[in-house]
Amino acid sequence: MGILDKEFSQENIVITKFEDLMNWSRLSSLWQVGFGLACCAIEMMATSASHYDFDRFGVIPRPSPRQSDLIIISGTVTLKMALRIKRLYEQMPDPKYVISMGSCSNCGGPYWEHGYHVLKGVDRVVPVDVYVPGCPPRPEALLEGLLKLQEKIRNESLVKKVTA
Amino acid sequence: MKTTEEIFEVLKNRYSEDIIGITNMPPEKIIDVKPDAIFKVSAFLINDPDLDFDNLMILSGLDDANGTKTNQPDGSFEFVGGTLSVVYHIESTKHRHKLVLRVSVPKENPVTESVVKVWACADWHEREAYDMVGVIFNNHPNLIRILMPYDWDAGYPLRKDYKNPEFYQGMKVPY
Amino acid sequence: MIEMETTSTNLRTQEMVLNMGPQHPSTHGVLRLEIELDGELIVDVRPHVGYLHRCFEKHCEAMTYPQIVPYVDRMDYLAAMYSEIGYAVAVERLLGIEVPERVEYIRIIMGELQRIASHLVAVGTYGLDIGAFTPFLYCFRDREKILTLFEMTCGARLLYNYIWPGGVSHDLPPDFIRMTKEFLTEFKPTIVELNNLLSYNKIFIERTANVGILPLETAINYGVTGPNLRASGLKWDLRRDDPYSIYDRFDFEIPVGKGWHGTVGDCWDRYYLRMIEMEQSVRILEQAIEQIPEGDVTSAIPKRIKPVEGQIYTRVENPRGELGYFIVSKGGLQPHRVKVRAPSFVNLEILGELCKGHLVADVVAILGSIDIVLGEVDR
Repeated sequence: MGILDKEFSQENIVITKFEDLMNWSRLSSLWQVGFGLACCAIEMMATSASHYDFDRFGVIPRPSPRQSDLIIISGTVTLKMALRIKRLYEQMPDPKYVISMGSCSNCGGPYWEHGYHVLKGVDRVVPVDVYVPGCPPRPEALLEGLLKLQEKIRNESLVKKVTA
Repeated sequence: MKTTEEIFEVLKNRYSEDIIGITNMPPEKIIDVKPDAIFKVSAFLINDPDLDFDNLMILSGLDDANGTKTNQPDGSFEFVGGTLSVVYHIESTKHRHKLVLRVSVPKENPVTESVVKVWACADWHEREAYDMVGVIFNNHPNLIRILMPYDWDAGYPLRKDYKNPEFYQGMKVPY
Repeated sequence: MIEMETTSTNLRTQEMVLNMGPQHPSTHGVLRLEIELDGELIVDVRPHVGYLHRCFEKHCEAMTYPQIVPYVDRMDYLAAMYSEIGYAVAVERLLGIEVPERVEYIRIIMGELQRIASHLVAVGTYGLDIGAFTPFLYCFRDREKILTLFEMTCGARLLYNYIWPGGVSHDLPPDFIRMTKEFLTEFKPTIVELNNLLSYNKIFIERTANVGILPLETAINYGVTGPNLRASGLKWDLRRDDPYSIYDRFDFEIPVGKGWHGTVGDCWDRYYLRMIEMEQSVRILEQAIEQIPEGDVTSAIPKRIKPVEGQIYTRVENPRGELGYFIVSKGGLQPHRVKVRAPSFVNLEILGELCKGHLVADVVAILGSIDIVLGEVDR
């Protein structure tokens, strides 16, 4: 930032693509739905608390899905909860992103075999952008997942959303 | 402080017909009670000043899996007959003694009495026993499923011969 | 046009049903509350649980006894060490085995550290619910230090798989005792700091004192345990009243609610009791660290756990109350049935009673003061 400050000490202009500007502003203020499911939610809380400080990346928990860009599925998705998560996702305005945090929401985790009430992967109800492995993932892993998501947004184009 | 045997004698003298006996499941001893008598027995246990069992620690429903096992062609199995049980662990915070009661009901007609009016905390425990094992508690104020979805119609998950459905509301259930 | 005279006698009031959750920032997870309102007043609150039902008891029937330990962790994820202690004690009593001295001390050190960590989350998020953000950051800062201690012991921050039936998975690392001592000296002033920041805050007291009063009779009949019961005035702590492990060797007090700023058993009492309990945990920890003997920690772990036919119910004092395990064995490698008496499950039942007659804004204050963990409620 130091270089930019010097550049803008007098009036000046920056030439960039409109897409780049859009993507840059999108990825720098990803507001997440303040929504925790299970064990991973505690790690998500720890990530946004004093030690790891999610705010650095512009991630601020919002109470309402209607004000959010990002939903972190942090924990086991049960059959009873799955349709609620789908509704939450549908309530979010576009562009919206999903991080699946932890083994449970990736694929059912330790409950894959006998979990009669566990949905084996949240991607059966909502599309997922980034999967973060771990049971539960460390806060550093979640931060890494967020950086991956930012990378993905950086390469988006206005015409089409990058799917891979 | 009374032992299980002493309390058994007291109960046997009072409700001779309704008390079946003592079963030894080391390290615990269980007093077996008939299903239609559990309410009056527990009301006596909490009201009697010498016993004063004011705390229901846990109420658990379990499938005894003691019927005849029949194998199905698809590899699953089914129990015909047998019993379901409800186990009550109670204690007295004043006299510091504990007691284990058990009620066994046939699987075809699993009906017993509710003890919500005696111990208020039995409410959710009984709903859970109904939800998981399928024991029906008469006189329960609100006997509906508690953990599973209200519209779950695939049976009671903690029975040994429970089979999980393929789909629930359009979502695939197995891995 | 018909003129309608509106007076207080013929005005028809209709009750409104308000739905809170499963996605709500103050429900501490996925809890749904159906609140029946008459204006601002609460007529009834019906909790709907089960949104995190992860089939723990079914897994137990399919797993061997040592395999269950990781699943036990995931039940009460804020006090995973304590869930493990409860399970280990239950299996040991079922098998009738004794564990070495050092193991008992390690368990108590882990358990009390976990109690502090869990209470810190409870206090921090309670402040968050009421509207105080800063205490939350303070609490999580200190909790990270405890998690560091756990991490150097067993490699995991949240879910440990450390305490096994018969022992612990491996011995304490060499620096552990020194670092725990350092933590305790650092932590003691923090409690004072937290008290000044949150407990004696005028707004906080106004929001919580005289709100959600739980009378002792009701508390016992509803089976409420833990800090919630003690806040209502009964000196009931399983560490002393139904001793397990070696808690009888330590000198500590059992605090009870005194109605410091309002009535006995109100939200402030329940909150403040957790602060005092942290002080007592520090006391136990200081004694345990001084007394811990040398010795082997894995010698008593059975190679194969296969109890004879029988059943047992044991209980321990988890940070939230009485955590009980009811295990039925039919002589196999897997238990026939495991049923958990989760303290949060039983404590949550009281919510409807507590909320009646209060304002809708008090629901959050009351719910936060009960301190539930949904993983344990739904299992």
